[in-house]
Amino acid sequence: MSDLVLLIVTGLGLGALYFIAASGLSLIYGLMGVLNFAHGAFITAGAYAAWLTMGALPAGWPVVLRLLVGVLVAVCVGAVVGRVVEVVLIRPLYRHHIQQVLVTVGLSLAGVAAAQGIWGSDPRAVESPAWIGGTTDMLGARLPDDRFVYVLVAGVLFVGLLALLHLTRLGLVIRAGVENRTMVEALGIDVHRTFTVVFALGGAAAALAGALYSQYAGAVSPAQGGSLLIYAFIVVVIGGMGSLTGTAVAAVAVGLVQQLANYYAATGVGDLSVVLLLALVLLLRPTSLKGATA
Amino acid sequence: MTAQQPESRGAAVSAPVLELDDVHVRYGGSHILQGVSFEVAATGVTALLGRNGVGKTTTLKAIIGLAPRSGRIMLRGSEIQTMATSRIVRSGIGYVPEDREVFGGLTVDENLRLVAPDQGADAPVVGRLFPDLVTRRGQRAGTLSGGQQQMVSLARVLLRENALLLVDEPTKGLAPKLVTEVADVLAEVARTRPVLLVEQNLPLVRRIADRVVVLDAGAVVHRGAAADLVADVDLTRELLGVSMRREGAA
Repeated sequence: MSDLVLLIVTGLGLGALYFIAASGLSLIYGLMGVLNFAHGAFITAGAYAAWLTMGALPAGWPVVLRLLVGVLVAVCVGAVVGRVVEVVLIRPLYRHHIQQVLVTVGLSLAGVAAAQGIWGSDPRAVESPAWIGGTTDMLGARLPDDRFVYVLVAGVLFVGLLALLHLTRLGLVIRAGVENRTMVEALGIDVHRTFTVVFALGGAAAALAGALYSQYAGAVSPAQGGSLLIYAFIVVVIGGMGSLTGTAVAAVAVGLVQQLANYYAATGVGDLSVVLLLALVLLLRPTSLKGATA
Repeated sequence: MTAQQPESRGAAVSAPVLELDDVHVRYGGSHILQGVSFEVAATGVTALLGRNGVGKTTTLKAIIGLAPRSGRIMLRGSEIQTMATSRIVRSGIGYVPEDREVFGGLTVDENLRLVAPDQGADAPVVGRLFPDLVTRRGQRAGTLSGGQQQMVSLARVLLRENALLLVDEPTKGLAPKLVTEVADVLAEVARTRPVLLVEQNLPLVRRIADRVVVLDAGAVVHRGAAADLVADVDLTRELLGVSMRREGAA
């Protein structure tokens, strides 16, 4: 029983990281039709931004304060990078999907190469507050505290994004744009301005995922973003491009399946089971779990 | 092209609200519009007619910027052919597309608030022309009937002070009773602003249109008064391939 509780909590924590990484990807594709392979570079940028910020702050500051500032800076960096990428690289290529893929793949590769060139290929250890590495006894299990942080952040992000989508005009335009971008323009709404905001939001969420994932892994490395991006893509495909709720459900499912399979089958089977889950959903529900409803 | 007919009803005495001059649209290797030129009067309904596939919907899309086009398009004397769609719409053209294209996942009120953020279903024009929408304001537009969706689509463009409305086959696929309702709304709307209407339903055209422009193979082949065209059985058959005697009522 305690094993199951542990697996569920760790699975939820992993799913929370997947959701944070995938939420921006889902909105970007749902609204703009852009398959953003550079999302992994945004994740990596966030991880390095947080790490560099923490290192640059006075060592006398509490680690938790430096982490909070680092995460905040990472989110800002992600938003700026997302905005710049949309304006400079994506905007000239709307309706040119192949070129978009090539540009975002190129940017992703360039991002990894740049990080390797500047900071090297080896993982760099990140500082963590002592309590993040600690555990909490609950229902007979010793549960890692960091998973609660990831779940809490993902929950806040989920609620925040839902509020943005359902309580603001920007959200209304995004939801309409996910359904029919052309018709949004035909109602006199400058959808390109919305694209920029969504790309910045996606970049910020990706950077947040990167900063938290570096805490999960205990280090930053150039390839970190790419590996998290693979799961983010799987989550988005299962949950439905543009569907925030679908993305959340899929992220939890992927995290739990991965953890349970790794424990009850064999180490490494978790990744395979995630791919099987993806295949199963695509076979049974080709339109994904939630279609394209935000 | 047939001889131009004198305009017997609602003749354009003021400057036209919209002018198309040698407008071409090409999709891939297809030359859809081949130098379309006509004017839309500043009052009443101008019907754009023609057989299926002659370029009527493409003409509306070219005006609104949803089709790649060349040539000159003037709205109230200002060129708009280089503008983005959203800017053209904000310049004063409302567009009701074929097949309504309401946002099915949004409520009726949300569909309307996209255009009028502060009013939505509370706008006076909605209550006056579409009272059914007010009572269904919280219903998802995707669950409405075809006629109700058409009303949402029409209401959206009436929430803005447009200089011209482009309305593409508003009665397509609707039951006869709903066709009459849509016709009533269009007739009411056309009293206050000009409408360029694409329509296959000739009785509806006869009832509400003042002028007609007929396209064939991507070019204008006839312009004139609507009443004259629909009264001329032979000309109607020649240009549109249909006879008024076989058409239903609007």
